Amino acid sequence: MTRNDTATIEKKAAAILSGPSETRELPDWFREQQRAAWKQFESLRNPTRKDQSWRFANVGLLDLNPFKYGSTLTEKERTTILEQSRGLEEVAGRLIFAGDELIERNVISEQLKKRGVIFQSLERAMVEHADLFRKHFMSQPAQLGSAKFAALHQALVSSGTFLYVPRGVEIELPIEIFHWLTGENASAFPHLLLVTDELAKVTVIEHFRSVTEHAPGFACGVNDLVAGPGAKVTYVCAQNWADNVVALQMNSTMVDHDASAMSLNLHLGSRYSRFESLSRLIGDGGRSDLLAVAVARHQQEFDARTLQDHISPHTASDLLYKNALDDRARTIFGGLIRVEPHAHFTDAYQKVRNLLLSDDAEANSMPGLEILADNVRCTHGATSGQIDEDELFYLRTRGIPVPVAQRLIVTGFLDEVVQRLDHPAIGEHLHRLIEEKFAA
Amino acid sequence: MKTETAAIDIDRGKGDFFYPEAHVRDAGVGLSERTIHYIADVKEDPDWVREFRLRGLKTFLEKPLPTHWASKDLEAIDFDKIRYYLAPGTEPKRSWEEVPDDIKRTFERLGIPEQERKFLAGVEAQFDSEAVYSNIKKAVGEQGVIFVGSREGLKNYPEIFRKWFSKVIPVADNKFSALNSAVFSGGSFIYVPPGVKVKHPLQAYFRINAESFGQFERTLIIADEGSEVTYMEGCTAPKFNTPTLHSAVVELVALKGAKIQYITVQNWASNVFNLVTKRGLAQENAEVKWIDCNIGSRLTMKYPSVIMKGRKARGEVLSIALANDGQHQDTGAKMIHAADETTSNIISKSISIGKGRATYRGLVHVPKHLKNCKNNTECDALLINSTSRTDTYPAITVRGTGNAVQHEASVSQVSAEQIFYMQQRGLTEAQAMSLSVNGFVNDLVRQFPMEYSVELKRLIELEMEGSVG
Repeated sequence: MTRNDTATIEKKAAAILSGPSETRELPDWFREQQRAAWKQFESLRNPTRKDQSWRFANVGLLDLNPFKYGSTLTEKERTTILEQSRGLEEVAGRLIFAGDELIERNVISEQLKKRGVIFQSLERAMVEHADLFRKHFMSQPAQLGSAKFAALHQALVSSGTFLYVPRGVEIELPIEIFHWLTGENASAFPHLLLVTDELAKVTVIEHFRSVTEHAPGFACGVNDLVAGPGAKVTYVCAQNWADNVVALQMNSTMVDHDASAMSLNLHLGSRYSRFESLSRLIGDGGRSDLLAVAVARHQQEFDARTLQDHISPHTASDLLYKNALDDRARTIFGGLIRVEPHAHFTDAYQKVRNLLLSDDAEANSMPGLEILADNVRCTHGATSGQIDEDELFYLRTRGIPVPVAQRLIVTGFLDEVVQRLDHPAIGEHLHRLIEEKFAA
Repeated sequence: MKTETAAIDIDRGKGDFFYPEAHVRDAGVGLSERTIHYIADVKEDPDWVREFRLRGLKTFLEKPLPTHWASKDLEAIDFDKIRYYLAPGTEPKRSWEEVPDDIKRTFERLGIPEQERKFLAGVEAQFDSEAVYSNIKKAVGEQGVIFVGSREGLKNYPEIFRKWFSKVIPVADNKFSALNSAVFSGGSFIYVPPGVKVKHPLQAYFRINAESFGQFERTLIIADEGSEVTYMEGCTAPKFNTPTLHSAVVELVALKGAKIQYITVQNWASNVFNLVTKRGLAQENAEVKWIDCNIGSRLTMKYPSVIMKGRKARGEVLSIALANDGQHQDTGAKMIHAADETTSNIISKSISIGKGRATYRGLVHVPKHLKNCKNNTECDALLINSTSRTDTYPAITVRGTGNAVQHEASVSQVSAEQIFYMQQRGLTEAQAMSLSVNGFVNDLVRQFPMEYSVELKRLIELEMEGSVG
């Protein structure tokens, strides 16, 4: 199913810096919010490296002038995208976006629908489920430095995914979402709003890809994940944009009591990719696992900022980020565990490990702690090193050539994170993507 | 409070007294070019120092307060209400008898002459802006060791002084190093000739006596090839109602194979802003070690650094911070690796009591194309009360292969079982708590010189009083 074709034909590609388009068919209240968000975007200043939340980042790459939005898709591009949107073998539902246009939708089963699962585009949800939508849509302020870009996203977002899983419903198979950038200087504003009610269970994987190799582009996405009491939410992001794309993604997860949320971000593509993950533990017994794997090569820069915000007592969080860096690549990890006053019996862990494979690669780590309660157990660690010569030697004595041995060691190093997901089908998919990147 | 005389007195109650001021030299209140010229005139600075001061002032006025990352509490300092230079207008005395009676009484109450007799190789005592007493044991002086105030260093040893002065910490390093460059006065100048190993520590004692006063001492220590020296500093001030500012710059230069150990026990009164820049330069095979204990002050911002410039240089920071009600100890370390096979080690332990806040801020930098550099960082924080706060903000940059950097931090509290166990054995809760805290810092304190470890333990016991229940 596609959107109204006449509407898309009327649209001309405009510069994203010219502001929200008035031709889109969105509810008035939403348009009002967009205009306000645009004003906010314009009033906030550009980040500089002197801002703590942008320390070490190459902010010079954030020039938005070249980028356009709202361009239309040719039939050929549409066919290509549909052909290439291959992810997992078995899924419970699938959406495919090209830019901000929903071009295909494989709906969920009747059975799930009957049980009250809502899986639809954002623009439909804001009409059909306005209350639920308004309650959760961008309800968390962007705290990790990208308030300006969150405002830009809100001003320009025109589609996205809305997924609601009601009380007690467990969706066994993953839900899959594709986001594509097509052509030169295209932009996308991917959005996912996932709300789970009590004891619900769901797994979502998002693929971020480009049709045109090496094409510059801009992506600015927001994810709001709400894990209701006792719910279990798994979110996987497989970022594989073309190598000239500038991408920002702001992810916020709310974890209610006894709920557990797990996220895994795989970063392979883009020129500069910033990923902000905010995990708010708002109820007793909540748990959040934050995982990430990055393979940075050439002149790529991956900029990860995280906040494990413990608001309620008896909550746990565990972060494991691993980066493999080659050539002139750079990575930045800026993470914070924050234990709010009264959030006693917090158990928080944070670990970042960098594996440097070349003399020009650079890894920056800023693991932070802010503890305002006692009776907590908080630990963090950061290491930077290179391939262990003994391990390499061992593999060589077994007749494995050096390049293969190196790759084995690196993938082994990264696989530990993927294993933690404990989802064989997704794990295998991610593993394949990592292998492809090394083979390229 | 206590009867026996300990080697180093850092008991907070003991420093809280003051005598009426009798300063002959007074630069007045506030900071302007006039203040700079007044100080330069009084101190008979050579022209290059006067220009250096003016450059410092300009930089200080240009730079904003670093509140985008540092505590907003810095805004409580009113730079226009501070007195930047106060001195009795006399040369430092070489014999204790010559020191004016009121100042002598001050330092006698703090136990300085006793300590000197006991084990120190030399002592310098600074009262507000200038050194009032400076003495070095004859045997040490005969080895060619220079230990004088910074003013005398500048006057009598200009060739060594100028060669290294401000070379480790440039004027524009930060707002407070710029301020120090503008109005610096006092501090120590030490030169240890090649191969000389100074057996006993040299000590400086810093005392603020006047209200609304800013102390800006400047210390420069040069350890020539293969020499070794240990320097200790202690600081106290009475508690006035208005904020007092202490903003020192300390530069250490360890030439090839030299070793410098710099020990600070900071016990300022709880109205002192203690904003200090400390940095050491380690040449080939040299070692710079900072032992930094922060017990007093309202806000301390201090991150002792080592630039490892020569092959196989070593840098080390051992840091203990204790933050009680109304205190923020924002301390840490910076390790800049600038040569192959350099190694650095940071161990930081902090204790937050009541509403106290302890912050660790660190920087480890391994630039391109270096081989076999190693850094190890461990920071542990202990929280005593539910209102206590601790933060850790390290920043680690590693470029290239062939280096190993690891950072670990943990936050914990005294375990209830431990306390219960000790209470079972007849200890009060407070005693049990104090024992636990001492256990927490024990492995670090053991690396300190004996006199300090004993004192520190006792001081921690004092600070722990009334923190439970």
